[in-house]
Amino acid sequence: MGRSLTMSRRDIDFCLYEWLDVTSLLDRPRFAEHGRETLDAVLELSETLAVEHFAPLNRDADTHEPYVGDDGRVVTLPALAKALQAYSESGLPSSTFDEGVGGMQLPFTVHQAATSFFQAASIGAFAYPFLAQGNANLVAAHGTPEQVETYARPIVEGRWYGTMCLSEPQAGSSLSDITTRAEPQDDGTWRLTGTKMWISGGDHELSENIVHLVLARTPGAPAGVKGVSLFIVPKVLVEDDGSLGGRNDVSLVGLNHKMGYRATTNTLLNFGEGAHQPGGRAGAVGHLVGEENRGLTYMFHMMNEARVSVGAGAMALGYTGFLHSLAYAEERTQGRPVGDKDPAAPPVPLTRHADVRRMLLAQKSYVEGGLGLILYCARLVDEEQTATSDDDRRRAHALLELLTPIAKSWPSQWCVTANDLAIQVLGGAGYTRDFPVEQLYRDNRLNPIHEGTHGIQALDLLGRKVLGDGGRGLGELLAVVRATVARAEEVGGETAAHGIALAAAVERLERTTQHVAAAAADDAELALANATPYLEATGHLVVAWVWLEQVLAAAGKEGAFYDGKRAAARYFYAFEVPSIITRLDLVASLDRTTLDLDPGVL
Amino acid sequence: MANIVVLVKYVPDATGDRTFTSDNTVDRVGVDGLLSELDEYAVEEALKVVEAGDGEVTVLTVGPEQAADAVRKALQIGAHKGVHVLDDAIAGSDAAATSLVLAKAIEKIADYDIVMTGLASTDGAMSVVPAMLAERLGLPQLTFASELTIEGDTIRIRRDGDAATETIEASGKMVVSVTDQINEPRYPSFKGIMAAKKKPVETWSIADLGIEASQVGTAAAWTKVLSFEPRPPRTAGEIVTDEGDGGTKLAEYLASKKFV
Repeated sequence: MGRSLTMSRRDIDFCLYEWLDVTSLLDRPRFAEHGRETLDAVLELSETLAVEHFAPLNRDADTHEPYVGDDGRVVTLPALAKALQAYSESGLPSSTFDEGVGGMQLPFTVHQAATSFFQAASIGAFAYPFLAQGNANLVAAHGTPEQVETYARPIVEGRWYGTMCLSEPQAGSSLSDITTRAEPQDDGTWRLTGTKMWISGGDHELSENIVHLVLARTPGAPAGVKGVSLFIVPKVLVEDDGSLGGRNDVSLVGLNHKMGYRATTNTLLNFGEGAHQPGGRAGAVGHLVGEENRGLTYMFHMMNEARVSVGAGAMALGYTGFLHSLAYAEERTQGRPVGDKDPAAPPVPLTRHADVRRMLLAQKSYVEGGLGLILYCARLVDEEQTATSDDDRRRAHALLELLTPIAKSWPSQWCVTANDLAIQVLGGAGYTRDFPVEQLYRDNRLNPIHEGTHGIQALDLLGRKVLGDGGRGLGELLAVVRATVARAEEVGGETAAHGIALAAAVERLERTTQHVAAAAADDAELALANATPYLEATGHLVVAWVWLEQVLAAAGKEGAFYDGKRAAARYFYAFEVPSIITRLDLVASLDRTTLDLDPGVL
Repeated sequence: MANIVVLVKYVPDATGDRTFTSDNTVDRVGVDGLLSELDEYAVEEALKVVEAGDGEVTVLTVGPEQAADAVRKALQIGAHKGVHVLDDAIAGSDAAATSLVLAKAIEKIADYDIVMTGLASTDGAMSVVPAMLAERLGLPQLTFASELTIEGDTIRIRRDGDAATETIEASGKMVVSVTDQINEPRYPSFKGIMAAKKKPVETWSIADLGIEASQVGTAAAWTKVLSFEPRPPRTAGEIVTDEGDGGTKLAEYLASKKFV
């Protein structure tokens, strides 16, 4: 395919093959069946399906949001079912799963790159298989062989979808406060009762069944997160032979009406209210996954991949917005350059104006930096799973743990900013529904909220991943960054200058972290009060590192593509890297503004 | 039982930058290319035929090294094996020479019942190769099929023309070309992508086919591209100012362009 406004295949190829050397993974037993041609074919197939089936429905799905019909069933666009069917038939839902459950054992890095085409084309439509894959991943990792066969395999085969039912109306970020109950039954099953809120894909007619993964409390469970268990609760009960039986006691209370992401139903679900009566009585039939009270552990086991994938969605929306605004700016003429005010002279393209270039370069640095960040983290997932030595595996694990909150939050913040800039480049046109950029912005605005809010990611990074593990993960990261700085120094010139700026930021992050760690010993609340600027400074530092890595990967290579990499890196180092220091200044000062505030004065 | 040879061509990506080489032939090496979209209909129809009965689909291409991509794509979609005629001497061949190479390759494949092709290539767009091939192989040709049914060894097609629709049939071995109306080509599947890795692809030179270098290539071409130039950029439209006679001026303009 030629130039597409969905994602840049050229940039994806650069990241996978010229930077991250993904083909070297193919020597490992897990990926031995793959070759460069299968990886390329998966990317090509994904782009084709995304462009031909998902992109065309994206606007319609936004203007015709799902609704509940007179018969109580959810009504969605016919084109949505057709696109999802094409995705299922392609076999792509099975991409990363083990061969044992019908999977294709594709490297996660390539899967993430391939998935970005769908996320860019219609993130709302792609949410159904996206959520289902996370669901099946969890069941495959922690379920019994029967559970895997009964509930994960149909998802791997693209026949069913699945959800994650964590939040409740009174408990969103705070999972320790959930109240859904599960009662054990004589036959080994459980009956669940409670209400779940914000459940994406919670009800629809797009598949013959929906597998809900539900967090609930069992009788006598300890208070807080240590008393939460995980249950499989299918919408339609499954008989012993795998065939579908009657409806389970899971009912749709209503759909939420959202700012964006509208192709995805978002639901309030009641479990066990008696709307359906399996076995003649109320109560949603559930199956315990693993052991009681370990639900959150299982959930978080899969959280790294899920959060990297959410960051990927944010990146993809930012990326496609950049490509759309760039195409517009190249075509649209307006005004004349400063110093050439002859009204008879023809107007120049928007790209001729310095401030428009600033907005395009900013977007480019955010979205290409975001793609690099996501694919690097995805590479760590592969590394953690298949590294050839225990040391490498431990190192990948430590880095991934540390980088996960950044992979989730950085694109969710800066690629939304990219969408904001895309609208700005189009001006009034960008504010209309005649162009896609306003929808991309609305769709992307969800990403700092779900799968752990921006603030939760900040607490996760500083509280759990940095202070909580004694600085091991951060130490690994800083070592990686310093090694890159050393390589940049050898290259010299502008690359080395970037390296010097990055080294200064690393130095500053290290000292600030030590300072905050010392303060945390006395006052944890104070230490964590400015976790968000800490997250944002660290995120920018990591992306600055991504840019330096990419400049090194482009070293000695000529042509517009590589010059573009150098230009975006130049922008990032000139306009963005200095903010790392100012953010860290604030963190190091242990500023008490938010802590001491009397909310009454607000 | 029907073994089908499907002709596939590797063509420059129409959405990318297309260029010509110094001898005015299409640059097939320095540009992004792909399996000609119109050939996907032929691959699909061939797969439908063998899936309804049995037999195998062999895809055949003539082209430079990268043309292997077109064969691989067809194998990923579901074809069973591939043949790639690869020889530097072939570069610059016209339709007549191309049909010679294809005919010799098909004779070497030998075990086939149907030769299936697309409507035209999306680069040359001449639509003459199926007819030339039928002539060289001494086979009946059913061209521009927009519907195809099989009964025994007889194939009946519907050919839609501007003024009429024809139904034509032939028996025994034959050449069939299909249009983009005949079906909706499937996509490759992930399983198909993996399976394609293990499917056999043979690479033949013109010597393998008993063809002399002098019979193909630019020198043997019956026609020659003397020059080419890009289509001029679109000019601004003509604005007719209405001074009470706007309607007349508009009608005159349309008449001058033979629209009315």
